[in-house]
Amino acid sequence: MIAVHNLTKTYTGNTVLNIEHLEIHKGNSFGLVGNNGAGKTTLFSALLDLIQPTTGHIENKGIKVNLSEDWKAATSAFIDETFLIGYLTAEEYFYFIGELRGQNKADVDGLLAEFSDFFHDEILGQKKYLRDLSKGNQKKVGIIAALIGKPEVIILDEPFANLDPTTQIRLKKIIKELAADPEVTVLVSSHDLMHVTEVCERIVVLDKGEVVKDLATSQETLKELEEHFNK
Amino acid sequence: MFKHFITLQWKSFWRSASLSSGLFMKLFMGFWAVWLIIMMATGGAGAFFFIKKELCLDPLQVVNKFLIYWAIADLIFRYALQKMPIINIKPLLLLPFKKKKIVSFAFGKTALSFFNIIHAFFFIPFSILLVAKDNHPISNVILWNIGLIAIIYASNFLNILLNKKDNLIFLVGGIVAIFIGLQYFGYFDITVYTAPFFQGLYDSWFIVLIPVVALVILLVLSFRSFVSDLYLDAGLASKSKDIKTENLDWLNRFGKTATFLKNDIKLIKRNKRAKSTVLVSFLFLFYGLLFFTGAVEVYDGPVWRIFAAIFVTGGFLLSFGQFVPSWDSSYYPLMMSQNIKYKEYLSSKWWLMVIATLISTVLASGYLYFGWDVYLAIIVASIYNIGVNSHVVLWAGAYVKTPIDLTSNKKAFGDKQAFNTKTLLLSLPKMALPMILYAIGHYAYSPYAGYALVTVAGITGFAFKDAVFNKIEKIYRTEKYKTIAAYKQKN
Repeated sequence: MIAVHNLTKTYTGNTVLNIEHLEIHKGNSFGLVGNNGAGKTTLFSALLDLIQPTTGHIENKGIKVNLSEDWKAATSAFIDETFLIGYLTAEEYFYFIGELRGQNKADVDGLLAEFSDFFHDEILGQKKYLRDLSKGNQKKVGIIAALIGKPEVIILDEPFANLDPTTQIRLKKIIKELAADPEVTVLVSSHDLMHVTEVCERIVVLDKGEVVKDLATSQETLKELEEHFNK
Repeated sequence: MFKHFITLQWKSFWRSASLSSGLFMKLFMGFWAVWLIIMMATGGAGAFFFIKKELCLDPLQVVNKFLIYWAIADLIFRYALQKMPIINIKPLLLLPFKKKKIVSFAFGKTALSFFNIIHAFFFIPFSILLVAKDNHPISNVILWNIGLIAIIYASNFLNILLNKKDNLIFLVGGIVAIFIGLQYFGYFDITVYTAPFFQGLYDSWFIVLIPVVALVILLVLSFRSFVSDLYLDAGLASKSKDIKTENLDWLNRFGKTATFLKNDIKLIKRNKRAKSTVLVSFLFLFYGLLFFTGAVEVYDGPVWRIFAAIFVTGGFLLSFGQFVPSWDSSYYPLMMSQNIKYKEYLSSKWWLMVIATLISTVLASGYLYFGWDVYLAIIVASIYNIGVNSHVVLWAGAYVKTPIDLTSNKKAFGDKQAFNTKTLLLSLPKMALPMILYAIGHYAYSPYAGYALVTVAGITGFAFKDAVFNKIEKIYRTEKYKTIAAYKQKN
């Protein structure tokens, strides 16, 4: 589904990303872990063609992301608050994303209804603009908006950060359900080793921009990861 | 302790993203500051001689007559433009400073603000001339100045109190407009009642006490309210009102463009910065008065009519259009990762500008008062704006990479990065081309030939809409990564 070829990104002589080859298969749930500055967000941004790689390229569904935009219809993401439109209410934002992704209001309403317990009555009908919501509630909006329009590739950068415990548990359930769909590829990054090992079938550890571990999740994975980061 | 505050301030000034952008910008800003100071100083001296020699009136009395409008205009300008000194207070709250110290520093900073200092450049030369040329006694002129200084600073602190209230500016502006109207048509002259007060500042020391006492009261009030507001959920909180979700479904008749059009209308309705753009474009409607009334002699040439008319009808087009796509800067990565047709995105902004231009043209029908000829110029300019300028403005905007903070309107005039060589070059066809075309027609044949030429240029512009949109799309694509990176930088 997604293939990374000889990808490097250098900022003023400082290489922040250097991945020779990485392939993520369709239907996979893929976890990315690493300390601050390991290059997680940089990799996701390059995947979304928001930054230009210094060398190499990324293919999404066999399409080079920097040459064509045809991958966009099937890909969605929530990276940070720059993916939210601050002056809209949550409903308006969902409908806007829906319209961009070819979904009518009924489609969007149907999807939102599925996630009403995830929203916990704090998102819909709030009489507030997104910019006035708390960080956690903003994140809820961004994550659910990334699910609108049946995307085949879903990219979530640190989705667990800022969420309350109840919502974290619900989000894990949502990601697991998405991962169970053989048509959907989920890419998640996190600082929480427990969460990633729980929801991802495959975990890649980045360190200073390089892949240092590539694990298929098993009973021992959490321990192995903890040992790696405890060095 | 103040030393720390001052070094923080110093660093925040010199390290701000807009200023560190280059020496050229610093020179440019310095140039404007000097220019403004010189204008004020020559204005002060010029006003004195103009009133004395041309009008044969007493300069002091005439100035006193109009000081009420000056004081109100000053307050309005402050309300709209002067930044409140609350920025960067949050990180200081936990540090071992007394809250009163923080507030006194913030207030001290406003005291040195440009908005207070600038008046001195007008009144000092004026006062010197009063003493030197008109033989007014020094002591009285000094009294008068003390009164004025007290008024300026009273309005500084009044503004701090008023700034918490939204939309008050429209109320004040409306009342002032009514008074100006009443005075102009000779029904009621407020200056008759206020002039003696300002004259009193000159005549007797106890009248000076009035503004001084007002200043002290306002200072104490604003100081108290500021200290009590130093909580995250009080003065430092960003206000949020209850709002409703809007559908705007009637816009769906615009087809695919409607998605963006609905968003853009919400953008304008719900963001301070966008709202002040609308206000500015409304003010541009009155810009023509300078030209068509013959108030300013240098603007009397027929070619200037077109110049004025372009601004009268194109206020919104020019001030909004130059920042496309910067209006969407805060969520640009979202837009760039969605499957967006640039053409639909652009045509939404284009429709907004066209609609605003048409509305301005209708509102400008007041200029019929100055004759059919004047309104004809406005209609012709409106056609040119829609046909040519709407495209040029969007094209120039594609090169502007200044992120816009939608929630703050204090920087509406401070986006220096908006000036770069490409946008400057593209401003030529906006202003100069219609003037040149008109001049050719006007001097070669007749004024109507001039209008016809400009109209033809406007209509021809439509033909290039697709070509220009394709060109802009290309710029958006090639500059995409640079634009995203630039929008990430916040001041």
